[in-house]
Amino acid sequence: MIPHNESMMLHTPFHSRCAAACEVNLWEDWKGYTTPQVFTEVDMEYFAVRNSTGVFDLSPMTKYRITGPDSEAFINKLITRDIRKLAVDRVSYVLWCDGEGKVMDDGTIFRLSEDDYRLCCYTRALDWLMWTAEGFEVTVKEETADVAALAVQGPTSCAVFKALGFVGIELLKPFGMSRFKFSGSQVMVSRTGFTGDLGYEVWVEPSLAESFWDALFDAGKPHGIRAIGSSALDMLRIEAGFLQAGVDFIPADETIRAGRSRSPFELGLGWMVSFDKPVFNGRRALLRERAQGSRYAFVYLDVEGNKPAEHAFVYHGDQEVGTITSAAWCPTTKTNIAFAQVDAKFGRPGQSLVAEIYYERELKWTRVMAQCKVTKGALFSPDRRRQTPAPNF
Amino acid sequence: MMTEIKSEYDVVVIGAGHNGLACAASLAKTGRKVIVIEALDSPGGACATTEFYEKFSVSSCAQWLYQLNDSVVSQMSLEQHGFELSARNIPTTVLCESGDHLTVFSDRLEGAGVSDKDKAAFKSFTKQMLKFCDVLSKAFKRRPPNLVDRSFGDVMALLGLGMKIKMLGKTDMRDLMRLGLINIYDVMEENFDNDLLKAAISLDSVMGSHMGPRSPNTVFGYLYRHMGDIYGYGRPGVSVVRGGMGQLGQSMAKAAKAMGVDIELNASVDRISIDLDKVMGVVLKDGRELRAGIVVSSADPKTTFEKFVGLANLETDTLRRVKNVRMKGDAAKLHIALDGLPNFMGLAESRLGDRLLIAPNMEYIEKAFNPSKYGKFSTSPIMDISIPSIHDSGLAPEGKHVLSAIVQYAPYDLEGGWEAGKQPFQNLLIDCLSQYYPGLKHQILSAELLTPVDIEERYLIHGGHWHHGEISLDQILMMRPFPGVSQYSTPVDGLYLSGAGTHPGGGVLGLAGLNTAKEIISQKKNRTG
Repeated sequence: MIPHNESMMLHTPFHSRCAAACEVNLWEDWKGYTTPQVFTEVDMEYFAVRNSTGVFDLSPMTKYRITGPDSEAFINKLITRDIRKLAVDRVSYVLWCDGEGKVMDDGTIFRLSEDDYRLCCYTRALDWLMWTAEGFEVTVKEETADVAALAVQGPTSCAVFKALGFVGIELLKPFGMSRFKFSGSQVMVSRTGFTGDLGYEVWVEPSLAESFWDALFDAGKPHGIRAIGSSALDMLRIEAGFLQAGVDFIPADETIRAGRSRSPFELGLGWMVSFDKPVFNGRRALLRERAQGSRYAFVYLDVEGNKPAEHAFVYHGDQEVGTITSAAWCPTTKTNIAFAQVDAKFGRPGQSLVAEIYYERELKWTRVMAQCKVTKGALFSPDRRRQTPAPNF
Repeated sequence: MMTEIKSEYDVVVIGAGHNGLACAASLAKTGRKVIVIEALDSPGGACATTEFYEKFSVSSCAQWLYQLNDSVVSQMSLEQHGFELSARNIPTTVLCESGDHLTVFSDRLEGAGVSDKDKAAFKSFTKQMLKFCDVLSKAFKRRPPNLVDRSFGDVMALLGLGMKIKMLGKTDMRDLMRLGLINIYDVMEENFDNDLLKAAISLDSVMGSHMGPRSPNTVFGYLYRHMGDIYGYGRPGVSVVRGGMGQLGQSMAKAAKAMGVDIELNASVDRISIDLDKVMGVVLKDGRELRAGIVVSSADPKTTFEKFVGLANLETDTLRRVKNVRMKGDAAKLHIALDGLPNFMGLAESRLGDRLLIAPNMEYIEKAFNPSKYGKFSTSPIMDISIPSIHDSGLAPEGKHVLSAIVQYAPYDLEGGWEAGKQPFQNLLIDCLSQYYPGLKHQILSAELLTPVDIEERYLIHGGHWHHGEISLDQILMMRPFPGVSQYSTPVDGLYLSGAGTHPGGGVLGLAGLNTAKEIISQKKNRTG
């Protein structure tokens, strides 16, 4: 259960530590929790993840525990991928659709044991999960407030955990998970993240949260550890090419106007749809779309110049063909990256488009028609992200 | 006798109710090999005649015939297969405790000191309602239009309906728009003075539903019931079938067989077999499997999807709609074997064959409804009584009679359960009836009460709801049984939903069955053509 009514904003289990570290006092609302946008300086936080280790408090992520003999069948009906392929102690990136084949949310599913899964996602989806559970012997429990979570990301993250005494963590493969002893209890670590870098996510009981944070930062001090806020994370995920629910697509349940939701195909996530499994939500609509074609295409753009193309219109010649949903100047790739939704006829890799960017300097607005090139995929994907054993920087 | 089941059929129809049989016969006419699977030991579904006491038989579910579409009778030549009315255009007599009853004929009123003003108002009221029924009836004989993926036919149908409404003229059009959504109580107050008359008309709009006269859109309930006055066999008014309603089921079965349909009785469906989202056939409880490319379920939507298809095989949005269909019955059936001719206070013997109502005024009906909202049965219930043996001596031994009554309100989810509640309710009903019929208790040879739970178990209707789902504006036309399944086809390719749960709805109409067959035939044409 998520506590409520005690104060206007909820505190995560790491709040005391975040508050102490948040020097610029910039906070924001994340699904009812108050969380830091910036702790000190965005670029410093960004570079911590790319050069050493950054720590992000992701406790407000919505979490559901799914147990019972039919949990696999239930999840397979919920999501578009085939969960039957997911082994115990493995994690999968998933998304799910409504009956129209439009994406309701994306998230990660952790297979904790044979019939025990955890789903982490952006939206509050209990109603949809409970309805979907009809006809299955399965229990769905909200456990957002019962699990505290930190993302520990960056080249030195593995070394930090080794310093913390997590023996053998370097052998953990991407999308694998493992449990480690900590303070007479244990914490779960998965090799997952939202930065595209070598990194881990740690899942601990709320009662251990503060002592874990302290131990982690003690162990990480020689490895350049630093708390990061959502602004830095946003640059990191854009550089790595990850979509953000509510930004790059509106969860289908939250759209009000007809036609504003998007299908997996329209978000470049068609590879996550498996028709080779029993009935799942959106199946018929997605089959129809596959046969008849999509309305939109999702593309990564390499935009000329250094002005982030936030909210820009995208043109092909004189024709307006789409809009940009996320954009950032990304320091490591040294690229001005943007995500765009364009008319399905456009967006082939290598195609040239134009972004109409407006920016303001000292009350003067300037318009730039910036050339863009459609790139084949995300630009940032270092070897260390995949290497096992994880490199020891 | 078991039909030899052929290995392959073109169509398997689940349920030998009137809709299932009408659909099967229509499809067989086009040369398709059709089998009808029925769990009960006789055809007809809710059109049933049961011997409930030695040599006393009664129409044990539906008791009046007033909406059966002419074309069902003619297409199946039912008259040549034993279907016959023993009485038609039966007047309605509303009983008054004082004995000053009111008799309502299709075109006039008699008794209860009804004023000339009311008599004139009754004529103009029925005339106007009939006009409205005529407009709406056009929408009943075809599939409901789909508002999202409109086909040319659907657009034309909508335009046609709009034109018909426009053609009513300014006053009537305005009245239809105003009355369609409101409650019958207000409309009665606008039109009439006589309490018995207001009660009689408003009762028509709430029979079989979980509504009282003050519930919204009960005027639609009235129009719905009186659609039979436009196209019903034996119209106007209600009729009684010789041999009981079961005879209609029997004659439809005979007609269907004559057209080449196989009918297998005593065969319960275990599940509809599905390969991903395509129907493969039907698996029976005895383990036999019937393979067919098309399965038509005339069972109600909840039974079809929850039991036969399985919720796990439905996408969540469809499942949610299935679960949200409102179909909890609120009507019970009372059957009494009588040791002689009944004697109602102040009622002439010649009126004993009428449709007799216990509903002295609208407040009485509304107050009868109130407890059912909170899981309790009415302490002063309303009754719609038929003494069919007056018209049909075959139903009871000579000199003896059967009384059949629809009684409301008897909520499906009775607080404390029907096992405990059934006997007290039956006693209460007999006491209530005795107030109008003082000699009743001395004449009772046997009595039987069917609660909604009994109706559910005996006739396999989820919730024991005789319409397979409330008839109200949120569950009619393209919303019946729910959006996405309103044109008889379902999310499972090859599975069609027919029956009272689909457009145009419940009561003994047969149109859902005919419309389903039309849809199957036209889809096949579209595919091959």
